[in-house]
Amino acid sequence: MISSPATRDRPLTRWTAVILAVLLLTVFLALPLAAVFTEALRRGWETALAAYADPDAQSAIMLTLLVAAIAVPVNTLGGIAAAWCVAKYEFPGKRLLVALIELPFSVSPVISGMVFVLVFGAQGWLGPWLQERGVQIIFALPGLVLATVFVTFPFVARTLIPLMQEQGRTEEEAAATLGASGWQSFRLVTLPNVKWALLTGVLLCNARAMGEFGAVSVVSGHIRGETNTMPLYIEILYNEYQFAAAFAVAALLALLALVTLFAKTLLERFSGRRREIA
Amino acid sequence: MAAFLPRRALLGAAALAAVPAGAQSLPTLLNVSYDPTRELYRAFNAAFAAHWAKENGGQRIRVNSSHGGSGSQARAVIDGQQADVVTLALAYDVEAIAERGLIDKGWMGRLPHNSAPYTSTIVFLTRKGNPKGLRDWGDLAKEGVGVVTPNPKTSGGARWNYLAAWAWAQRQPGGSDAAAEELLGRILRNVTVLDTGARGSTTSFVQRGQGDVLLAWENEAHLALKEFGAGQFDIVLPSLSILAEPSVTVVDRNVDRRGTRAVAEAYLRHLYSPEGQALAAQHFYRPRDAGVLAAAGGVFPPLNMVTIDEAFGGWAEAQKAHFADGGSFDRIYRPSR
Repeated sequence: MISSPATRDRPLTRWTAVILAVLLLTVFLALPLAAVFTEALRRGWETALAAYADPDAQSAIMLTLLVAAIAVPVNTLGGIAAAWCVAKYEFPGKRLLVALIELPFSVSPVISGMVFVLVFGAQGWLGPWLQERGVQIIFALPGLVLATVFVTFPFVARTLIPLMQEQGRTEEEAAATLGASGWQSFRLVTLPNVKWALLTGVLLCNARAMGEFGAVSVVSGHIRGETNTMPLYIEILYNEYQFAAAFAVAALLALLALVTLFAKTLLERFSGRRREIA
Repeated sequence: MAAFLPRRALLGAAALAAVPAGAQSLPTLLNVSYDPTRELYRAFNAAFAAHWAKENGGQRIRVNSSHGGSGSQARAVIDGQQADVVTLALAYDVEAIAERGLIDKGWMGRLPHNSAPYTSTIVFLTRKGNPKGLRDWGDLAKEGVGVVTPNPKTSGGARWNYLAAWAWAQRQPGGSDAAAEELLGRILRNVTVLDTGARGSTTSFVQRGQGDVLLAWENEAHLALKEFGAGQFDIVLPSLSILAEPSVTVVDRNVDRRGTRAVAEAYLRHLYSPEGQALAAQHFYRPRDAGVLAAAGGVFPPLNMVTIDEAFGGWAEAQKAHFADGGSFDRIYRPSR
């Protein structure tokens, strides 16, 4: 085993750190995750499958997938645009833009949800105008999408910005001297350079979009079979003493997240190997 | 390979996004209700849909419901949730919606019994055998008693809890508002968990084992017994409680815009029908119908109850004196203690 000079002479420190990390991961990640799956199957497969067959559960699953299917592409495009601006150009107010991109990370999701109620709610700024035209934003799909887009916006931009900054502008400048248009250089130079980071960002964004609770809870209206996403539906089941069903749906949500993370890990390996070949 | 990989994936996602949500054509009705009525309205919604189809040549309808703390549900309707009917924990929350012009003034007189088709009251749910000997409101203030109740600021049930204790204290020998405020202060200091809604409190007490006594709706207490077996908890009736009249009404502006007035009104009227009353009793709400009440037998023992009007001069007064900003609850409750 090859150790770096910094840790070579301190096996005690090294093993303490390893044991501590493993312990923390077991207690805070592995055990709760195992609990979700054991609870889900405690009353047998039939109960768990019956929980998925419930029309309200199917509606919650479809709604969650739909919201993610809208929010993730929107944030992919928005995130690329934001990262492109920040990494490749100098302009006044750039720091402010970076701060704004990160804002959803620092604001509590509940507040993010309430902001939309204040703007689009019936008593809000745009509420009366929207209501006259019969447009329902809050307590309906558009509100859920807005809240999810807001909360998950930083993921793509934050993964891309450091990489794009590190890569600098030289390749784009070279492309420009060879006569490439802005769009050509973006499509043929910039994007291929960041595509693995982009995929990582998209997957993280997707995991969060499906799991978001706070912001979505505020704007959902909690209408059974209509505006309940999976996280909200899990809470409802739990509150109705349907613990097995609640954990069955929770296990499905956890599985979706695990699949996402697994895909991300695979991609990172794959991209690492490609880089070595290149 | 210069082609950018996820482009096709993105197009696929965009196509998926274009599919409209819930593309159903059934006429729908939305009932925005409070926390503990989930089971009641799940059963009633199905019963009403069947009843409506029978009366209207087989027309199928779909009734949705939404549940949460009564105050926050009223807030959602004010903020634009498209409720056709509201069935909330107390008249005050309906009144708050009416004040914004969404419900006509005088809504309370539109249906029998103050527009409250069933009633409930506040009881104690204790651990099996009542080990702390909690018999009446005064016992809740004793040292070392853990009390579970939701927050009166957000929960209708919690306001009934609070007022029931207050009314009891006023009626004790030497009772006064000052004595009541003192008792409530001592009870609130014993509160171990202050959830936002009644159901959250029940879960805290029943599922997570918090506290010695849950101040609960009578129906919520019976439901907990039913779900978890009668062997684990006891229902204790205090010497005096309060008659809770959960109010129901049509949200006029919403039904007029959506064209659902007829079905919304029929829905609420059906709550007063023998079928509606029997469902209420089955879910442990005290039915208004004397025959249905008698048939339920020992489930609803007679209990000495005050009404909000006689004890507090109505909800507007009670709200102002106790739960509005600067009311008695704000004076008493100091969470940091």
